[in-house]
Amino acid sequence: MIDTLLTTAGAETASTGTLALVRNAVTIALLLVGCFFLTIGTIGLLRFPDVYNRLHATSKATTLGAASVFLAGFAHFGPQGAALTALIGIVFLFVTAPTGAHMISRSAQRMGVEFVGVAEWPEQEPEESE
Amino acid sequence: MSALAGVLDAVVTGALVLASVLTLLCGYRIVTGPTVPDRVVALDTIGTNVVAIGVLVALSTGRGLFVTVALVLAIIGFISTVAVARYVIEGDIIQQ
Repeated sequence: MIDTLLTTAGAETASTGTLALVRNAVTIALLLVGCFFLTIGTIGLLRFPDVYNRLHATSKATTLGAASVFLAGFAHFGPQGAALTALIGIVFLFVTAPTGAHMISRSAQRMGVEFVGVAEWPEQEPEESE
Repeated sequence: MSALAGVLDAVVTGALVLASVLTLLCGYRIVTGPTVPDRVVALDTIGTNVVAIGVLVALSTGRGLFVTVALVLAIIGFISTVAVARYVIEGDIIQQ
């Protein structure tokens, strides 16, 4: 199915076979990187001991994996049309994922979720020295 | 006929299967999460995984429309994460 679609897309955008070859290679590489980071993020979500560590794993690694998959979509669909939507998706993920992680961690602190190890919240000092 | 088209098809299918399995594994954290923020983190991860699945469906079917679907899913996931985080600590979502 994807062979015919790729050949039609290649006939529209690239007359030569070299461009389609490079495009497929770049798409495959970005998909592999994205799957790697998605797997790392989910393993961190399952294995880390408390909510702050899990947030640390998912908000960075999973966002990077999804952005890499978006880049694969950009490489596959060419420099127009849906590829620009993929670029907007990357920007949106990079803006909203830290914001959501900050909201979740702040709500966890307000709820009194404690750290697992010996770590503690810093003392509330009147001057912000460090 | 491009050389790597068959390889790309296989990689997209494998990535779809992997992302689906990862989304199912996030459900474990939702079920057995000790606190409510753990469950919110797992739901946020499921949202990001579903965004990746949307782009992979776009690659699999060759229709660029599904990239827009993934973008809308990302927007809805962010709004729901912020709403749940506010609801947990404030008790309500919209304040005047």
